[in-house]
Amino acid sequence: MAAVTGFDPKAEVHGDPIEIPTLACGAMANSKPFAAGPAHQAALGFPGELVEDWHDKAIFRLGELLENSRALRVYLDSCVKCGACTDKCHYFLGTGDPKNMPVARQDLLRKVYRRHFTWAGKVVPWLVGAEDLTKDVLADWYSYFHQCSQCRRCSVFCPYGIDTAEISMAARDIMDTIGMGQKYSNEIIGKVFSVGNNLGLPPKALKATLAGLEDEIEEETGVPVKLPLDVKGADVLLVTPSADFFASPHMEGLIGYAKVFHEAGVSWTLSTYASEAANFGMFVGSQENMKKVALRIRKAAQDLGVKRLVFGECGHAWRVAYSFLDTLAGPFDFLDPAYPVPQHICEFTNDLIEAGKLRFDKAANDSFRLTFHDSCNVARASRMGDAPGGQFEIPRAVLRATCNHFFDMAPETTREKTFCCGGGGGLLTDELMDVRAKGAQPRMRALQEVAEEHGVTHMAAICAICKAQFSKVLPMYGFDREAIVSVHQMVSNAILLTGSRQAEEYDARRKSAG
Amino acid sequence: MRSGIFAAVFYVASFVLAGGLAYRIRLYAKTPAALRIPTTPAPTTHAGVAVRLAGEVVLFQSLFKANKWTWAFGWVFHAAMLATLVQHLRYFLQPVPWPVVLEQPIGVLAGFPMAAGLFALWGRRFVVERIRYITGPSDHLMLALLVAITVSGLAMKYLAHTDIVALKTFFLGLMRLRVEPLPGDPVLLVHLSLVATLMVVFPFSKLLHAPGVFFSPSRNQPDDTRERRFVSRSALLKPASKA
Repeated sequence: MAAVTGFDPKAEVHGDPIEIPTLACGAMANSKPFAAGPAHQAALGFPGELVEDWHDKAIFRLGELLENSRALRVYLDSCVKCGACTDKCHYFLGTGDPKNMPVARQDLLRKVYRRHFTWAGKVVPWLVGAEDLTKDVLADWYSYFHQCSQCRRCSVFCPYGIDTAEISMAARDIMDTIGMGQKYSNEIIGKVFSVGNNLGLPPKALKATLAGLEDEIEEETGVPVKLPLDVKGADVLLVTPSADFFASPHMEGLIGYAKVFHEAGVSWTLSTYASEAANFGMFVGSQENMKKVALRIRKAAQDLGVKRLVFGECGHAWRVAYSFLDTLAGPFDFLDPAYPVPQHICEFTNDLIEAGKLRFDKAANDSFRLTFHDSCNVARASRMGDAPGGQFEIPRAVLRATCNHFFDMAPETTREKTFCCGGGGGLLTDELMDVRAKGAQPRMRALQEVAEEHGVTHMAAICAICKAQFSKVLPMYGFDREAIVSVHQMVSNAILLTGSRQAEEYDARRKSAG
Repeated sequence: MRSGIFAAVFYVASFVLAGGLAYRIRLYAKTPAALRIPTTPAPTTHAGVAVRLAGEVVLFQSLFKANKWTWAFGWVFHAAMLATLVQHLRYFLQPVPWPVVLEQPIGVLAGFPMAAGLFALWGRRFVVERIRYITGPSDHLMLALLVAITVSGLAMKYLAHTDIVALKTFFLGLMRLRVEPLPGDPVLLVHLSLVATLMVVFPFSKLLHAPGVFFSPSRNQPDDTRERRFVSRSALLKPASKA
């Protein structure tokens, strides 16, 4: 694991989450992810190493992207360098490196765009900041476009809505095209193609894991809650991040989904073929690969003959599912039109709560004083429910229904202004631990504030990456490793399954209390 | 001679401005939006999008969220510039429409807040470390150009009057493809030269933010993928061509 250099998280945890650092030029120039090997590149249709004519190929690819993405074209033209975004990126706030200011990150690509695609950049490059694509510029790209988690926080504040995520996706796509891929993301996409999920968890192991969870739930509650796999004709196909089969607190969330499906009496199934909600094709900016991953979900839904599609707790997966899935892999006219395609598990649970179909013993969560971390892709790139902003209200409604103690963090760090956990966008890899730890600083400070003010002990999230990232960085900042929880973990703790020991005890207590 | 040169300059400048902008806008319009990417929460209808865009264009809503000082300076500059442009319509329209007549008292004063806004925006580029870092030569030049236009304009109104009636005759003549005599005082010639420069630079510079804001997918798309299937015309969804 790369060391966290010159940075003491425990000393940095107190303070204003949006405090602006002084500039530290080049502070993060050495941060870069491991390169993808030839085999990982080949699986995605990319050259195995830097191609000989990399310069011309890169410029050609940039041209192709410009012709096919209005966003890229407009964003590269429109920036006036007003500075509105300069203090909005968590990686800038945590590192002080000016190239982590969104505008400066964009300029790494913009200067090459100007040089090759604008009249001014061809004629008077020195005047308009146009530059040739050199090996040094390429090295900067590899470093700093892998210090962007594509969280879109900058796009909220930009007067033209310039979204750095689109620019870093384009830059990563160009780098992949010339053979400069990132190991972590590309290896994972390859695993989805060959095995069906990011972790490379084979069907047999998945089946064993689910059986183990069934035993665990029955032992705890006395109710035989099932986690079905590849059941043809089930009503609901649940697509969830594979971390839910493996990691903590992800798995506790999966147990929560299973209990909700059981109590609702809805038949459901997981799929081995689509045992992954995540779609790292988005992170690497490859729409072609993103589409290939998305089509697996369509095939699984068709093969299993389900009527509905529900997604588990995963941030960017929900963006791809909600905003892109129908475009990439639709139309989904073979599903039941009575339900949204797809639906988020929080919507599913909240609908049941609102209909009065779930019972909770909120006191079961009394050892949790909770706050909620809005995951960036859910907050700024998707929706839940019928009205804009439902993505903020619905998870909170689920938490309030299941917990007695809930407190929001500072408004400049939540909802549409939420901070990335620091590990999103394909950065959740050990060699990037330095930038991940520093990028988490704004969120950690906001958490520290509510810990001091309200005695908050735990933070809930609905994103597999957030959960994994916080499990790593919370201890660095002096918090408990297990202070990060799944929203459906809270549901799981409090839900009173019909016929369960917990329900009987709860009813007995209520009766004796009169 | 002088009148002829300036007539030619303004014909060319107008052609470059209109042609350049039309080319750019056409390019934006015909480039497919690959996917639905509104920054959420976003309106779910096109009417809602119109309100969101109006909020951006008229009130600079996102900038307001970002930084109150930048917002204040930027908004004052743009609003004052608009007032000045409306006031300047009187030099190109005969008879002068009544809204322009009504606006005249505001319009003639608007140059002052316009200059103040520009100087404040320029000052930030020296004083604020982060903004200094992202500022390039063209950013300074653009501000210098706008300041020079504003100051020369104010000078004509409040210090060295020009023959405004003759000037109007010149421009009305241009609009009827006739070259009338142009007054020769230096401040006016400087003012006009700088304005022509701005017109020429516009379609090749960051001034493209003006049309750009209307084409920005994060602002101009509705959040409606759940209600309607979004079909992409982008070729990026197909296997990449081999260069």
